[in-house]
Amino acid sequence: MSQASEALGRYQLSQLDFLEAEAIYVMREVASEFERPVLLFSGGKDSIVMLRLAEKAFWPAPIPFPVMHVDTGHNFPEVIEFRDRRVAETGVRLVVASVQEQIDAGKVTEQTGRWASRNRLQTSALLEAIEEHGFDAAFGGARRDEEKARAKERIFSFRDEFGQWDPKNQRPELWNTYNTRVNRGENIRVFPLSNWTELDVWGYIRREGVELPSIYFSHRRRVFERDGILLPDTPVITREEDEEVFEASVRYRTVGDMTCTGAVRSTATGLDEVIAEIAATRITERGQTRADDRASEAAMEDRKREGYF
Amino acid sequence: MSTDILRFATAGSVDDGKSTLIGRLLFDSKSIFEDQLDAVERTSRTRGEEGANLALLTDGLRAEREQGITIDVAYRYFATPRRTFIIADTPGHIQYTRNMVTGASTSDLAIILVDARKGLQEQSRRHAFLATLLQVPHLVLAVNKMDLVDYSQERFEEIKQEFSAFATKLDVTDLAFIPLSALHGDNVVERSLNMPWYDGPSLLHHLENVHIASDRNLIDVRFPVQYVVRPNRADDPELHDYRGYAGQVAGGVLKPGDEVVHLPSGLSTRISRILTADGEVAEAFSPMSVTLLLEDDIDISRGDMICRPNNRPNVTQDVDAMICWMSESRRLTPGSKLVVKHTTRTAKVVVRDLLYRLDVNTLHREEDAADLSLNEIGRVNLRVTQPLFADEYKRNRLTGGFILIDEGTNATVGAGMIVRAE
Ligand SMILES: Nc1nc2c(ncn2[C@@H]2O[C@H](COP(=O)(O)OP(=O)(O)O)[C@@H](O)[C@H]2O)c(=O)[nH]1
Repeated sequence: MSQASEALGRYQLSQLDFLEAEAIYVMREVASEFERPVLLFSGGKDSIVMLRLAEKAFWPAPIPFPVMHVDTGHNFPEVIEFRDRRVAETGVRLVVASVQEQIDAGKVTEQTGRWASRNRLQTSALLEAIEEHGFDAAFGGARRDEEKARAKERIFSFRDEFGQWDPKNQRPELWNTYNTRVNRGENIRVFPLSNWTELDVWGYIRREGVELPSIYFSHRRRVFERDGILLPDTPVITREEDEEVFEASVRYRTVGDMTCTGAVRSTATGLDEVIAEIAATRITERGQTRADDRASEAAMEDRKREGYF
Repeated sequence: MSTDILRFATAGSVDDGKSTLIGRLLFDSKSIFEDQLDAVERTSRTRGEEGANLALLTDGLRAEREQGITIDVAYRYFATPRRTFIIADTPGHIQYTRNMVTGASTSDLAIILVDARKGLQEQSRRHAFLATLLQVPHLVLAVNKMDLVDYSQERFEEIKQEFSAFATKLDVTDLAFIPLSALHGDNVVERSLNMPWYDGPSLLHHLENVHIASDRNLIDVRFPVQYVVRPNRADDPELHDYRGYAGQVAGGVLKPGDEVVHLPSGLSTRISRILTADGEVAEAFSPMSVTLLLEDDIDISRGDMICRPNNRPNVTQDVDAMICWMSESRRLTPGSKLVVKHTTRTAKVVVRDLLYRLDVNTLHREEDAADLSLNEIGRVNLRVTQPLFADEYKRNRLTGGFILIDEGTNATVGAGMIVRAE
C-alpha cells in the first residue's frame, strides 16, 4: 500500500492502490481459470503497465503466461528495442504475430490510399495467432475512458469462435465475480485496466518508476502534417507532393502503427512535464493521435465487432 | 493524487434527464475534451438540434445512437481534486433491469432521477428497490427539471414526502434529496441561487463528501483463496518452500500473527506474513490484493476460505437467496440445474424451490409463481453440490453475492443475493 493511501485515513485506498488491487485480482483470476492465457504486449504505455502488474500479481513466481506482439511491420524501432529488452528482463516468452506474413501469404490485402494502414489488418493476424496457439484468454490494455464503444465493454469480454464481439449480447458482470467459461475455440479478452483513465496510467508509471520507450518523451523528429496529424517521415508512408517534411520537437501520446499514429508537439523531456501537459490538454488521446478512429463515429465499435483489440 | 474512488450508478426513466446530468458532471469537471464536444455538436447539428446536446456524450453504441436510448451499462470517469468517480450509467426501461442490477452491484451510491413535473413513477420505485436489493449503501433522490416547476419548494417537498413514505418499505441506510436542474446546472456543481429555500449540498458536493470508508465490512475476516503462488525454485533457499496464498480481501482486517482458520478443513494456524510485490504490509483489508504466508503447512487451494476462529462464514450446501434472472432464452424453475460461482469457488447447483416472485413495481409477493423469466426477481432455495463459505448479502456483498451460469451456453443467467445460509 502506498503512502497516498495512508494519507487518506484508515482503511481507505487511494485510487491507484484501488485500481492496482483490482487489476491484480483480475490477472490472478485469469491465471487460475484459463488454460492458455496470453498478454498482448505492444510496447505502448498501457501494455507496459499491464506487464508490470503481471509481475506484481505473481511475484515472487514468474509470470505464468507468454506475451504476444501483433507486429504490423511498421513499428517505431525504439519500441521494438524496448519490447525485446523488457521481455528479456522479465523472462517471459514472446510470441510475435506478424501482419507482414499474413500479407505475404495472401491472407489479407494491404490497404491503399491516403490513410492506408495496417492497423485493421492486425485483427486477422491476432485472430489467427489466438487460434494457432490455442489461447483461451488474451489480456488487452484497453481502457473504458478511451472511446465510447469501449465504455460499454466488460472487463471479461467474450469472443465467439470467429473472434467477434457482440456488444448487444454481453455477459452481465456483477461484483468481482467473473464468468470465465468458454467452449473450445472461443476466448475471452480481458481488460485489467478497464477502470483506469489516461492520467491514472501516467500517475502509476510515475509512482512505480516504470520505464517507457524514449518516443514518449520530447525528441527531434522529421515529420509532416496530414489532416492535422503529425506523421513521421518514413518509407512506409507515401507522402504527397504538397506534404512537406520538417523537423520538430515532438513526443508520442499513444504508440501504435507508424502509419496512423500521430506525434504531438512538445518539449517535455521528463515524466513530470509530460504528465503536466497531458493533464492540461483539451483533446482526447485517440482524437489527437489516432487516424484510425477518425473514419466515423462508430469506427472503433465496428473494428471491435470484427475482433480488434 | 491521493484521492479515493467513489463508484455510483445513475438510474432514471427515459427523458428524466440522466444523460444531461452526466454530461454536465463530465463537462463541469473538465472531463470532456474538445474533440468529443465537436463530435457531439456535429451530430446535434445533423439532427437539427440547437447547440451541443450533452446527452449525446453518453450514448456509446451504434444501436443506441440510432434509437436514442441507453441499452447497456456504460462506465464513465471523472475526477475532482477531492475524489475520483466511476459512473455506471444504467438504462431505465424495465427490459433492462439486469443492466441496472449489474451497475448497482459495484456501486457505493445510486442516484435516482425523477422529473419534478411527473413526480414519482413506477420506474422510480423500481430503481430504488433494485438499489436497495443490491445493498447500495447510499441513495440520492435527485428531483430534476426544477426549472419547469418554477423552482417550487412545495413541489419538491411533495415528492420528498411521497418517496420517504415508500422508502420505509425498503432497506435504506442513507438517503438524500436534492432538487436539480441538470440542463441549467442548478445544484449540480454549485448551490443554486434559484432555490434559496434548499439548504443542502449540491449534488457534486454530496458525491465528494459522502462517507464510504465504513461501508466495507471491516469486521468479519474473509479471505477467499484465489491463487496459490509457488515459485518452484529449487535453487533458491528463500523460495524453495515458498507457498503463498493470494487473493483479494473480502472482509475484515488481517494482520501478521493473527490466528486464522482454513475452510473447509477447519484447521487453524497463524498468519506469518502478509506480502505484496512491494514488500510486507502491517494489515490488509478489502479490497486489497495480497498474498498470505501461514505458519503451518496446510493443504490449501483455490476456492478455500481463510477466516478467524470465532467468526466464520456459514459452511453450507443450502442457500436461500434473492435471484435476479438475466436470461432471454431460458427460465428458472424448480429443478433447474445450473453452475454457481461464489467468491473463488465454482460448483453445481439445483433450484429446489421458488418461494415467490416479486413484482418489482409493487413489491407484491407472488407465491404461486411457477418460474422466473428475464428481468424477474424472486426468492429461491438452492442446493449446492459442494459447501459454500457464505454470508448474508446484507452483511457482506462479496461473500453474499453469486452468479448463476448456464452450463450449456456458458451465459451468465442470474445474480444471487444470499438471504440465509445455514
Ligand atoms: N427544462 C429542463 N429540461 C431538461 C433538464 N434535464 C434534462 N432536460 C431535457 O429533457 C430531455 C431528456 O433529457 P435526457 O438527458 O436525454 O434524458 P435521459 O433519457 O434520462 O437520458 C432533453 O430534451 C433535455 O434537454 C432540466 O433540468 N430542465
